[in-house]
Amino acid sequence: MFGFHYKLERHTIPFVLAIIFVAGIGGIVEIAPLFTIGETVEEAPDMRVYTPLELAGRNIYIREGCYACHSQMIRTLRDEVERYGPYSLAVESQYDHPMLWGSKRTGPDLARVGGKYSDAWHVAHLDDPRSVVPQSVMPAYTWLDDTQLVTEDLGQHLAAMRRVGVPYTDKMIANAAADVYGQANPDSDRASGVAERYGEETNVRAFDGEPGPVTEMDALVAYLQILGRLTDAAHEQQALEGDLR
Amino acid sequence: MAVAQRDPHTGYTTTGHEWNGITELNRPVPKVIWLFLAATIIFSVIYWVLMPAWPLVETYTKGVLGVDQRSSLAENLRIAAADRASWTQQIETRNFAEIQADDSLMQIVRNTGRPLFEDNCATCHGMKGQGGHGFPRLTDDAWLWGADPATVAETIRVGINSTHNETRVSQMQAFGRDGILDRAAILDVVTYVRSLAGAEPTGDERSDSIAAAAEVFAANCAACHGESGTGNTELGAPDLTDESWIYGGDRQSVYTTVYRGRQGHMPHWEGRLSALERKLLTLFVLDLGATKQ
Repeated sequence: MFGFHYKLERHTIPFVLAIIFVAGIGGIVEIAPLFTIGETVEEAPDMRVYTPLELAGRNIYIREGCYACHSQMIRTLRDEVERYGPYSLAVESQYDHPMLWGSKRTGPDLARVGGKYSDAWHVAHLDDPRSVVPQSVMPAYTWLDDTQLVTEDLGQHLAAMRRVGVPYTDKMIANAAADVYGQANPDSDRASGVAERYGEETNVRAFDGEPGPVTEMDALVAYLQILGRLTDAAHEQQALEGDLR
Repeated sequence: MAVAQRDPHTGYTTTGHEWNGITELNRPVPKVIWLFLAATIIFSVIYWVLMPAWPLVETYTKGVLGVDQRSSLAENLRIAAADRASWTQQIETRNFAEIQADDSLMQIVRNTGRPLFEDNCATCHGMKGQGGHGFPRLTDDAWLWGADPATVAETIRVGINSTHNETRVSQMQAFGRDGILDRAAILDVVTYVRSLAGAEPTGDERSDSIAAAAEVFAANCAACHGESGTGNTELGAPDLTDESWIYGGDRQSVYTTVYRGRQGHMPHWEGRLSALERKLLTLFVLDLGATKQ
């Protein structure tokens, strides 16, 4: 065995090829399972894509580093399921690029936070976390409420998502800026287009409590309120296995 | 380049390389490292056989132990449910009054209701149910929709102004923003409403406001809040004569409330919490107020 290695060491090209071969084993073990990901991820026909406003909120979530303290992944453990709800399925992150599962929880998991609290609570909490949760260590994000959301480039964000496999239509991309306004202004004439393109279930509300100009607060709250609600697949899975709680 | 050069001091061979006059002994890798490598390889082979390991195209090797996270979770939940069955059955089958009269059951409600309350309700209503700005206090006698257990349970089930299709609906109009009342009328009504709760007129509040506002109140507010301002639990309209204020009872807060209206939102819990969990919470919340007094 050592004799072979001594010989190999003394021949540059065979040695390089041997290194590539051995390193390649590691690569294949990590990469090859992804070739069959289409076969292993559950199907969820009711899964919908993020609206432009929710996608903008997701971008803010990433920008502010929320993922550093909040995970979005409920594991298959009794305490997690009892506290947060059905465990996360792979299909729920189907349109997440990049995924935000996270592994560190300074704050609670957010995978099923959508609809759990009111919009007003989210606004108060993001503005001043200790006003509603006195023991919280979360920083205050005071600027979200007074910063107008940049919407001009959202069509391009949607187009970029389409390049990596999210099924946005041409209409969705063309109407991105209008849909952002419509989703945060339920009484405007642009609101109906949101329901038409993204489904009747879509939340159309003045998320920050103020109709009119769309703020970053609107976007982030819209995103938080949809977490875990793009599909019912996880709830169906739980019902299938018998909710025995 | 000779391989078999021998170091004169130790007697071992060297690697044959020389760096500025320094050569390196050619010694084998220590046995302990080989042992460790061998042990990890043997461990992994055993693990592949016992546990789920290798991905195949549409499935994976399941392992002879048949360990599966999802089924072990289901099993854990089944065991937990069986452990609790002795009291969950009683909570599920007996009515509210019976449970409230049973001290040992109420002790269970207090113990198991607390983590449920803290995980789901305390975020808005406070750790002790004390409420906060915009979030009602749960430990007083002021109940927007009524204080009997069935009503509280229904509120938890469907929420208020929520996305549930049977949601309770209650919205106060924006009397100022929508131009129903002018500024002077609102200021009078604010003084009047505050006087209902026993607040003395302060600062530049005119004492004759109360008389002036009575008519405005009867025309605009009484439909929901009642002629004497005691509220209406059918509509979720708050009692204005008590000292409980959801959005604050100072002059500015009441003005804002009348000017912009209020559309408080409580999420629905059906679909998130089971019927048993909601019943536990109902009993727990009512007990919070009862034990405090």
